[in-house]
Amino acid sequence: MTDHVVLDELNGRYGDFGGRYVPETLVAAIEELTEAFFRIRTDPEFQAELAHLHRTYTGRPTALTFARRLTEELGGAQIWLKREDLTHTGAHKINNALGQGLLAKRMGKQRIIAETGAGQHGVATAAVCALLGLQCVVYMGTEDMERQKPNVFRMRLLGADVRGVNTGAKTLKDAVNEAMRDWVSNPDSYYLLGSALGPHPYPLMVREFQSIIGIEAREQILAATGKLPDTIIACVGGGSNAIGIFHPFINDESVDLRGVEAGGHGIEPGRHAARFAGGRLGVFQGTRSYVLQNSDGQIANTHSISAGLDYAAVGPEHAWLHDEERAFYTYATDEEALNGFQLLCRTEGIIPALESSHAIAEAVRLAPTMSKESIILVNLSGRGDKDIFTVADVLGVQM
Amino acid sequence: MSRIAQTFERLASQGRTALMPFLTIGYPERDSALSLAQALVAGGADMLELGMPFSDPLADGATIQRTTDIALANGVDLEFCLETVRQLRAAGLSIPLLLMGYFNPMFQYGVERFVAAAKAAGADGFIVPDLPPEEAQEFHAATKAHELDLVFLLAPTSTDARIAKVAGLSSGFIYCVALRGVTGARAALADDLGDFLARVRQHSQLPRAVGFGISKPEHVASVATMAEGAICASALLDYIGSLPNDQQAAGAQQFVQKLRDAADQANGYHQ
Repeated sequence: MTDHVVLDELNGRYGDFGGRYVPETLVAAIEELTEAFFRIRTDPEFQAELAHLHRTYTGRPTALTFARRLTEELGGAQIWLKREDLTHTGAHKINNALGQGLLAKRMGKQRIIAETGAGQHGVATAAVCALLGLQCVVYMGTEDMERQKPNVFRMRLLGADVRGVNTGAKTLKDAVNEAMRDWVSNPDSYYLLGSALGPHPYPLMVREFQSIIGIEAREQILAATGKLPDTIIACVGGGSNAIGIFHPFINDESVDLRGVEAGGHGIEPGRHAARFAGGRLGVFQGTRSYVLQNSDGQIANTHSISAGLDYAAVGPEHAWLHDEERAFYTYATDEEALNGFQLLCRTEGIIPALESSHAIAEAVRLAPTMSKESIILVNLSGRGDKDIFTVADVLGVQM
Repeated sequence: MSRIAQTFERLASQGRTALMPFLTIGYPERDSALSLAQALVAGGADMLELGMPFSDPLADGATIQRTTDIALANGVDLEFCLETVRQLRAAGLSIPLLLMGYFNPMFQYGVERFVAAAKAAGADGFIVPDLPPEEAQEFHAATKAHELDLVFLLAPTSTDARIAKVAGLSSGFIYCVALRGVTGARAALADDLGDFLARVRQHSQLPRAVGFGISKPEHVASVATMAEGAICASALLDYIGSLPNDQQAAGAQQFVQKLRDAADQANGYHQ
């Protein structure tokens, strides 16, 4: 798969995608970060410390659960869930936050900046900062603060300074802008970016820290079933949980990799966040990838019921996997995600995050078309406790 | 020699520092740049930086974010920016005009096509804050082919090795970022500005223009003793925005005149 394209991931190039489009003020800081990351990448002491904390703090390895009743209800492929919802702080975001937090500590950084959409990355970062004794500033769009109130309070309990962002659509992209502005103003701080996007080395580094999902899942599914899955499904916002579970399977060519973007209210400008369905090549927030934008190159507003998928660009490695046709990308609408959410609650006793519910929605579509011997592995990237207010609101339930 | 290089050379022979105010095209009204540019020239501007609005200006502070939002609401796109340059030239404006913008709109337009169109419209150079030299090969080649300047930025955080590299690629001048931060008016200049400008001089003989936070005559006077150019953006836009429409051109002229006087006085220049 990798032999016929220019893949130079050590320099942040994924075919025609990736790169490092940053203001000059950040270049020195980002070069320092890149060097430090490549050092810890092969440093056994660092890796041992991270593994220890994953065992004793994150709660890794996370379980692989056979979704028996969901499988029966859909009447086709066996559905297995990789349970990132069972991690400390409730989503895969902790894998990256802990890795980068340890790196920041190694680099002697005292102050951590982060952006957050759904609040899961913010909560994970706030927890890691509390654990490691670091100062934590989290930028969050005020629209997202409104729909993710429990996570705002969680972050504050964990000692983070949560700063509302009132520009643009007041969602994730605006929080990233503000975090970058903070970093430009405070280049000695550490910017703990939460997804596999932004300038090099973030897409590579975030993938590295999230790949533990796929490494564990590969061993677990082989141990449980004796074979590789036919299909792996993950939701894609920036794309960190998806790249984390996909990457260890990239060379298993029989495995169908499927990313699910947010279809929102449908594929019309401003009403969704499906970059592959409605976007085109662009440069945004430090990287070259598929971007939702108007004809003048202004970045489009997006919509999704899930704050974590509500973003105008997709990580550059996904753009590359898409163009190479190694992975396939589809979308689920708000309504389909909500149905997936309720179905998993009812059949498995698991409340999934609305983000992860998009992956469930694709499994719901796909499983009945596959044989009963087939295996679908769904990355259940987070739990849905944070979403119960949004869901109640949509269902017209007074809490 | 480019019009920008000629301007710096002429000013250097007079012992003067170049004054480069900034306007956001389409702010406060869609057509404001036409009258405001003339006023800035009348006030003593040597060159103009014309901002092309972008939805997500991540190197910019609150003022430029606000002015670009208004410009976008006024329907400004790249074609309109090029048309503004054309009209300024048609109206007889002869000083260097630099287009400042974030990369994506120009990338969508097509880099080579945009540079050619800007040249035809009468622009002299480009400043693209999110396009470091490593990502600028195509832009660099296009500006070279059309004999326009591509101005790169350096910052106090830039290492000496990086200064040497970027200085070798920049043309026209080097945009020296005065502080660690985003654009926006500031009370005072950074203490290490002089050291930074001296480090840049060690690696390049190109003119150094200082921007970010240059807000008042005292700042310009101070920059005039250390560098070859001073750029003033947010403070000017804040002032223009504070005035009623019919007073904006006169106000902008006075604002720049004060900066001009401060620079000339610091340079010991008398007309």
